[in-house]
Amino acid sequence: MSMLEAAHENDIELEGACEGSLACSTCHVIVKDEKFYRMLKEPSDEENDMLDLAFGLTETSRLGCQVIAKPELNGMELALPAATRNFAVDGHVPKPH
Amino acid sequence: MKVLAMARRASRLGLRFPGRSRDLCTGSDDFGMPLHVCVVGSGPAGFYVAKKLLKRFDFARVDILERLPAPFGLVRSGVAPDHPETKVVINQFSRTAEDERCRFFGNVCLGTDVSLEELRKNYHVVVLAYGAESDHRLGIPGEDLEGVFSARQFVWWYNGHPDGKDLPINLNDVETAVVLGQGNVALDVARILLRSPSELSSTDIAEHAVKALRTSRIRKVYVVGRRGPVQAACTAKELREILGLKGVEIVINEADLQTTDCDLEELQSSRIHKRVFDLFCKSATFTKCAGRDKQLQFVFFRAPVSLLAAEDGIHVRGVHLQKTRLEGSHPRKLVGTGEFEELDCGLVLKSIGYKSLPVPDLPFDHKKGVVPNYFGRVRSSDATNETERGLYVAGWLKRGPTGIIGTNEVCAQEVVTSIEEDVNRAVVSNLKEVPGSVGLESILSEKNKRYITFEGWERLNETEMEKGAVKGKPREKIVGIDEALAIGLAKEKE
Repeated sequence: MSMLEAAHENDIELEGACEGSLACSTCHVIVKDEKFYRMLKEPSDEENDMLDLAFGLTETSRLGCQVIAKPELNGMELALPAATRNFAVDGHVPKPH
Repeated sequence: MKVLAMARRASRLGLRFPGRSRDLCTGSDDFGMPLHVCVVGSGPAGFYVAKKLLKRFDFARVDILERLPAPFGLVRSGVAPDHPETKVVINQFSRTAEDERCRFFGNVCLGTDVSLEELRKNYHVVVLAYGAESDHRLGIPGEDLEGVFSARQFVWWYNGHPDGKDLPINLNDVETAVVLGQGNVALDVARILLRSPSELSSTDIAEHAVKALRTSRIRKVYVVGRRGPVQAACTAKELREILGLKGVEIVINEADLQTTDCDLEELQSSRIHKRVFDLFCKSATFTKCAGRDKQLQFVFFRAPVSLLAAEDGIHVRGVHLQKTRLEGSHPRKLVGTGEFEELDCGLVLKSIGYKSLPVPDLPFDHKKGVVPNYFGRVRSSDATNETERGLYVAGWLKRGPTGIIGTNEVCAQEVVTSIEEDVNRAVVSNLKEVPGSVGLESILSEKNKRYITFEGWERLNETEMEKGAVKGKPREKIVGIDEALAIGLAKEKE
């Protein structure tokens, strides 16, 4: 089972626009512990092509649909990329018309 | 296998809105009535906004307007026929449309059938997500010669967009095509010209296009960029695919692969550009097989100066280019060298960027080609911070015509957050009731304007798939508007 499938089975909001066919980057996850990241099989060229476009890419980013569960990964934590906003530094709130 | 813990999305940094917390506005008690939303445009931008609004507010009622009979915007009419996996997102969008709080109104055009002012009177929230249906012009002589098209026009043509089917394109008398631009759309059009028609015939490509491609005499395509391979705008997946295209020899001038220190700096700071540049360098290894009867040549550091007319003065016969170079540093400037050359061709496809179109009563930044906005809230003009109550933009109309389908998910999140903040501050409506769908239906019925529901689209969809199955295609797109409307508007079972 991939992490994308696991997320959906547990009602976790992980987008999977292309349903695991390596045609998008919406299931991008960040492996929190580098130890687990190193246990994963290296990404293929095709996965790397999609990671190129992922929002908030990090050194331990992977596509959730390509990370397959196995016993050694027990305890692995995955984070979803932050959707950041660039607020005005002074906290200015625009007046509606 | 234990359930893996997933960290929640990192909190938005630097946020200063008072009382902000994750689960502010969920119950209709807070608002006292349905939240009526109208989304204009049913492409990824529109659908991601609709999806997130429905998730965020259980009392939202979202109407999605689409001027064409069929939904899904560029997923249907932009993504190339030989990229079916990229279209799978339609499944998700369909699930959103099938939500009982969501209604699809196909064949309804903002401006012609309903005005922006009318929408703002009938809905608490209006989100404009109608994309970019026009093109940047080169602004050079010869641009209107026959045989010169924007890439968008060519894409609409092969993707069966109703507005694209009558493109006066002639592939029978042309051996060489020039594509101006080196982004993913440029690669798409080059690839469709060079891919064997027999491979294309099992895709959802429009029938008139594959027919024309079968008799095409085009054997050589140039893809021309003003700058070098380090700056090329295409991405690795698309480049990798075209470099490996069966039966096509790849031609790149080795001298163009030389890098300066500035280039190396740029490559180091961008993973995307580094991987693209590496592919260009390796490209010689992609062309080892024999029996290649077509050629794809990447031309770098050439800017188009004019498009040249044939003796008849009507058709294009070539492109006049100036050699360029990058000068200075941080940022570098592109300059002409005063040296010129020509490429002979019978077809020119300009792939230099899309542009959005303004509608009446909508503030518009004509220079950037977008609606001025503050995190999706429409600004009253680009010179002020005042915003228009209840009016938002999403997608290319908000950000400009860049990014991929998934970019719209992040964009939609930003817009929906703005809407949520405004709803919480009762900014959007001052708690006034509005008619919503009922108001829109009455406006349309007064004009005798019939619209296609999502069920109507599903009928059209079934018909396309049935017609396609007979030919071994996933679907045969119904390109004529009248035929599409006849099927989509047919009387539904009560």
